[in-house]
Amino acid sequence: MNSIPAELKYVASHEWLRVESDGIVTVGITDHAQELLGDIVFIDLPAVGTTLNAGQESGVVESVKAASDIYAPVTGKVVAINEILADSPEVVNTDPYQAGWFFRLQLQQPEQLDDLLSAAAYAECVDGE
Amino acid sequence: MSTVKQTPFYQAHLEAGAKLVDFSGWCLPIHYGSQIKEHEAVRTDAGMFDVSHMLITDVKGSGAKAWLQKLLANDVERLAKVGKALYSPMLNDQGGVIDDLIVYRMNEAEDEYRIVSNAATREKDFAHFQQVANDFSVELILRSDLAMLAIQGPQAIAKLIQVKPDWANILQNLSVFQGQSPEPNWFVARTGYTGEDGVEIMLTSAEAAVLFHQLKAVGVLPCGLGARDTLRLEAGMNLYGHDMDEQVSPWEAGLGWTVALDNQRDFIGRNALLEQKKHGLNYKQVGLLLQGRGVLRDGMEVITVNGKKGVITSGSFSPSLKQSIAIARVPVEIGSSAKVIMRGEQIDVQVVKLPFVRQGQVQFNQPD
Repeated sequence: MNSIPAELKYVASHEWLRVESDGIVTVGITDHAQELLGDIVFIDLPAVGTTLNAGQESGVVESVKAASDIYAPVTGKVVAINEILADSPEVVNTDPYQAGWFFRLQLQQPEQLDDLLSAAAYAECVDGE
Repeated sequence: MSTVKQTPFYQAHLEAGAKLVDFSGWCLPIHYGSQIKEHEAVRTDAGMFDVSHMLITDVKGSGAKAWLQKLLANDVERLAKVGKALYSPMLNDQGGVIDDLIVYRMNEAEDEYRIVSNAATREKDFAHFQQVANDFSVELILRSDLAMLAIQGPQAIAKLIQVKPDWANILQNLSVFQGQSPEPNWFVARTGYTGEDGVEIMLTSAEAAVLFHQLKAVGVLPCGLGARDTLRLEAGMNLYGHDMDEQVSPWEAGLGWTVALDNQRDFIGRNALLEQKKHGLNYKQVGLLLQGRGVLRDGMEVITVNGKKGVITSGSFSPSLKQSIAIARVPVEIGSSAKVIMRGEQIDVQVVKLPFVRQGQVQFNQPD
């Protein structure tokens, strides 16, 4: 059974989002996603300062098996990216919710958080696959 | 997975935490957690692969040798000793590749052989064997009673000896590309699909799970199809259906060395191959190396400096080199660099001579 932490929010494209303080959110991919991908070898992240729109392609995860796009769950400006992923992309496989975070956004439309899936809703989503 | 076939190692795979997939109708592990970790274990230590899905055909009869000499592009005459193995493509009349396989000489009289061929082409291969056998005094026995396990890596044989101490003498004296029966109903060959030392063992189904657990207990890591593919790709070994198929000639698939044309032996596809040589070849097989980020994948287009086109036939990530590698079929005049179209962009690649990695060492250099 893949882990789906209750305190996070999710989108159907298998990204998670954690609300930090001051309108900052952290984004990554779920345990289910990393398992589907297999060993991850390269991650392309958006540049700091880029504005992303909800649902927009914001990066690429390449595993040995396949390349997969990352989608921004909400609209915001990239304020930080996880530098260790350049040299150690495999961290996403072993620790997708903590050390394997992808980028942080400054929220521009906080009401978009209401459109995200809860852990239970995402679990159902994954079950149906 | 109920309609998919299970091998005698199925239970053992489950117990080892395998992630199972359907591979040509067989339920097999793609990995047991991390295919990169499994790949590294084979390059540095020892790993084992369930290869029971492959077709094992025993060949018996006074016409066995003559049948094989008709059937195969390589010549079983080269099997100078009992147990010796020969790698060969099997061609159609147009010189295209039906499958690639290994054939072992099983006795002194040269009237008993064993063929190991691919799982994906099982039905096609056996039908072709039978059709050609119509003209020869030969009996074909499909050995679906046997399981097969490959143990590969610099420590593979040492660890096997720990489990089978009575085999020590035989194993230590086993030549590369040679097989022997250390005891009845077992056959061990120093062959493999990884570019490392090791063996492939054919055994009865009843012994399969026991051997798996014994090897696991002495530190041989179970490895899946994911690692199998990255290992063989690094070793520059072809995968049927990708690097060659019925539309591809051995000349274009880096298999020229397996075609024995030196005597007047009439084998299926001989005339077509000679015609191709006469007309000149347009394509050849090379290795590609991506220096930057990204992964080369099957089917990506290759563009030479002169704007001519080729294709990647096998692409992946090399855990040993920590960059992407590929096998490609390209115009013969390709130089030392080219471009590959990756996700809409033209990316630079280095053209190299295969293999990339064998025996744990980087092998490649520029093609001449």
